Amino acid sequence: MLPRSDIKPGDVKAYLADQENKSLLRFLTCGSVDDGKSTLIGRLLYDSKLLFEDQLATLKGQSQKTLKDEGELDFASLVDGLQAEREQGITIDVAYRFFATDKRKFVVADTPGHEQYTRNMATGASACDLAVILIDARKGVITQTRRHSYIVRLLGISQVVLAVNKMDLVGYDEARFDEIVAEFDSFAREIELQNVTAIPVSALKGVNVIAASDKTPWYSGPSLLEHLETVDVWSDTASAPLRLPVQWINRPNLDFRGYSGTISSGTVRPGDKITVQPGGRTSTVERIVTYGGDLEAAGAGEAVTLTLADEIDISRGDVIAADETPPEVTDQFAAHIIWMHDEPLLPERSYLLRIGTQTVPAVITELKHKINVNTLEQLAGKTLELNEIAFCNIALDRAIAYEPYADNRELGGFVLIDRISNHTVGAGMIEFGLRRATNLVWQELHVDKSARALMNNQKPCVLWFTGLSGSGKSTVANLVERKLHAANRRTYTLDGDNVRHGLNKDLGFTDADRVENIRRVAEVSRLMLDAGMIVLVSFISPFRSERRMARDLVEGGEFLEVFVNTPLEVCEARDPKGLYEKARAGDIKNFTGIDSPYEEPENAEIIIDTSTLSPDAAADRIIEMLKDWRIVL
Amino acid sequence: MTAPLTHLQRLEAESIYIMREVAAECENPVMLYSIGKDSSVMLHLAMKAFYPSKPPFPLLHVDTTWKFREMIEFRDRMAAELGFDLLVHTNEAGVEQGVGPFSHGSAVHTDIMKTQALKQALDKYGFDAAFGGARRDEEKSRAKERIFSFRTRNHRWDPKTQRPELWQAYNCRVAKGESMRVFPLSNWTELDIWQYIYQENIPIVPLYFAGERQIVERDGSLIMVDDDRMPLEPDEAPRAMTVRFRTLGCYPLTGAVESTASTLEEIIQEMLVVTTSEREGRVIDHDQGASMEKKKQEGYF
Repeated sequence: MLPRSDIKPGDVKAYLADQENKSLLRFLTCGSVDDGKSTLIGRLLYDSKLLFEDQLATLKGQSQKTLKDEGELDFASLVDGLQAEREQGITIDVAYRFFATDKRKFVVADTPGHEQYTRNMATGASACDLAVILIDARKGVITQTRRHSYIVRLLGISQVVLAVNKMDLVGYDEARFDEIVAEFDSFAREIELQNVTAIPVSALKGVNVIAASDKTPWYSGPSLLEHLETVDVWSDTASAPLRLPVQWINRPNLDFRGYSGTISSGTVRPGDKITVQPGGRTSTVERIVTYGGDLEAAGAGEAVTLTLADEIDISRGDVIAADETPPEVTDQFAAHIIWMHDEPLLPERSYLLRIGTQTVPAVITELKHKINVNTLEQLAGKTLELNEIAFCNIALDRAIAYEPYADNRELGGFVLIDRISNHTVGAGMIEFGLRRATNLVWQELHVDKSARALMNNQKPCVLWFTGLSGSGKSTVANLVERKLHAANRRTYTLDGDNVRHGLNKDLGFTDADRVENIRRVAEVSRLMLDAGMIVLVSFISPFRSERRMARDLVEGGEFLEVFVNTPLEVCEARDPKGLYEKARAGDIKNFTGIDSPYEEPENAEIIIDTSTLSPDAAADRIIEMLKDWRIVL
Repeated sequence: MTAPLTHLQRLEAESIYIMREVAAECENPVMLYSIGKDSSVMLHLAMKAFYPSKPPFPLLHVDTTWKFREMIEFRDRMAAELGFDLLVHTNEAGVEQGVGPFSHGSAVHTDIMKTQALKQALDKYGFDAAFGGARRDEEKSRAKERIFSFRTRNHRWDPKTQRPELWQAYNCRVAKGESMRVFPLSNWTELDIWQYIYQENIPIVPLYFAGERQIVERDGSLIMVDDDRMPLEPDEAPRAMTVRFRTLGCYPLTGAVESTASTLEEIIQEMLVVTTSEREGRVIDHDQGASMEKKKQEGYF
């Protein structure tokens, strides 16, 4: 569709140059049934003289059949493209419209208002920079307004226009407009929806659509079109680090191996060092190949083919990234999911997850909560039905390179595909990764564990004291730490009591909580080990599997298990905190050694029996062991 | 930092991304080549998308036997110059029955020689994806169609169960016998096409430029007498007129417009003042309001 104009023959070149420099705004319109979305778009096209005569004739012809309002054109019949839509007078599927003004080019996604078409609204919203949310001035903020606003927020649209429509039906009343805007603002704050511009309009009468109208003298802001022409939707993808998801391996012959893809963010130049994720392989960019000749640089949005200096193994789905700041890699993440199919989402069922150019099998491991988008309440749920939204944990068959959706739509937005029917059944947005997969190269740090250990003049390790309550773990550990400190070693002690007062104060004493307790302590001790410390951990840690897990987190020779093997009757006789007495009385449940098992270590590096050895002598034995292990010299 | 992309650069990159997706994900893709200006742009984009490789799929032309002769000449020249594999399919059963636009009318001709022929060709070669040059600004039901548009084993389009399409995470997966129609030019407008042809110097069929042609005026359309198969009414006599075509198809079904625009600049300038949409020249679209949607459901492109 073309704008009509009175351009002179000689001006064509100038006109084309002018067209070329225009920016593009993709926006969507949303609102509930009968709020007048299609009418508004029809009005934008009609008033900016973007309809052709034959389309106008069709419009007039159809208006005869479905005339809603005597004497006015039925703009909706122009944009509702499907027969069922025209018959039912509603919009079913998202439609794309194109128009241009002197200042900008526009793509409009006209999305359905009816609740059952939430998935189509999300489809339309996924490509947009701005959303126009329509409100019927007579009805104000209604349930659908909240739902649409929430979806707009969820899909990361940075600019919102609140078009308060049908102002003609409330007598262009300023107070009514202010009331609606105030109500919407409070909701917008609740969902952290930013950059909202409110405009009073009448799509049917053309008020404040193209130009400011004298019907609303109290409104001094821009008309809808003026706002759309000038609003700033500049995005920061160019200055972000390089991300090029590899789409297709380009091998015309044995002498050429290129990697084709569209740059998602950043800039690339020949000679740049790159890292390929997952896997962390590195190389240098040799050429940027295009049909029009090699490029000296290419930026976000460009479709290019790269060749590299080294022959490294790269497949479709890998991400070529800036060497210094590659994307993270994970096989588990937390994400918001919008369900889009009649068959409900089932946790533990395997779906295909498509993200960037990667497709991997995926399972929703935990449906943390559903979100009632009308009230924002968090609800428990086992499954997810059509058009419902939930916050979930997802596990993949293998690790992928990703970025949070807020940072990068291509590497953070995904669809879920049913493995049997091939339907697209859901869409999701990654909030954060849950763990970095262990078989992958970590982001390289110039200051690493050995550098820190060198500065500390020691070899870091984890000394893991395990044993019954009252066995003397903490007493011995304290003595060991004092002796190491006196010898200028850098140490830290993690003790069951001090950790449970802070980091783990949310945990109780059920088996599940004990496991989580140890997992967190093991992770903290690993971080401290990485910082170059000698870490003393003093925990009952009754289960073999958790101690095994803590051992496996670090490298061989870094984990030294100290089994403080004091007989139960000795511990119970000592009972320094009076806990055994309470446990025997039944006041404490799940007490290790009484009504909860203690699994003795099978391969502890050292065994200490404090019923035969004084604490000081026990500490000396442990220092001797550290010398044997070359931890201290 | 590099300069921000222009509008056309963005469209070009989007189309290239779509083509590469098909090449990477689909087993046996094909590009429908209608020889028109949109096909010319699509072909040019395919050359760019896979360079230095050749596009990894053949071109398919469904020949109704009623195309303008200049179109067929142009088709064969382009295939030779660009080194494409060109497949040409004609519904031979239709030819044997003598189906044509003059004898059977536009609806029957289009169904037998275009829609049915297309389905035959797709089945014959077992293509699981077929590129088409349709744009969303052309027609109302096109405006609602996905870029990756699923087709059943019977080549049917069901507008009510379209797959959601978010970001560029396209779902190209089909079961055996099912297929995808893929529209890399979905978000281009007619002006974008012309502007791109101008910018990239893309060859197009000479019929788009004004020239003196033998014309008969029939039912308000200017029909070019391209061969002697056109039966003339007693009161009809072809006369030389300076005309050009905004769209190309079967010559008996394609109306010309009077014009002296003989360069791309003149065509674009003429377009900027025109007030009829381009499908106006196509006789097949006038039947009823939802005619395109209906044809698409039956397997038309």
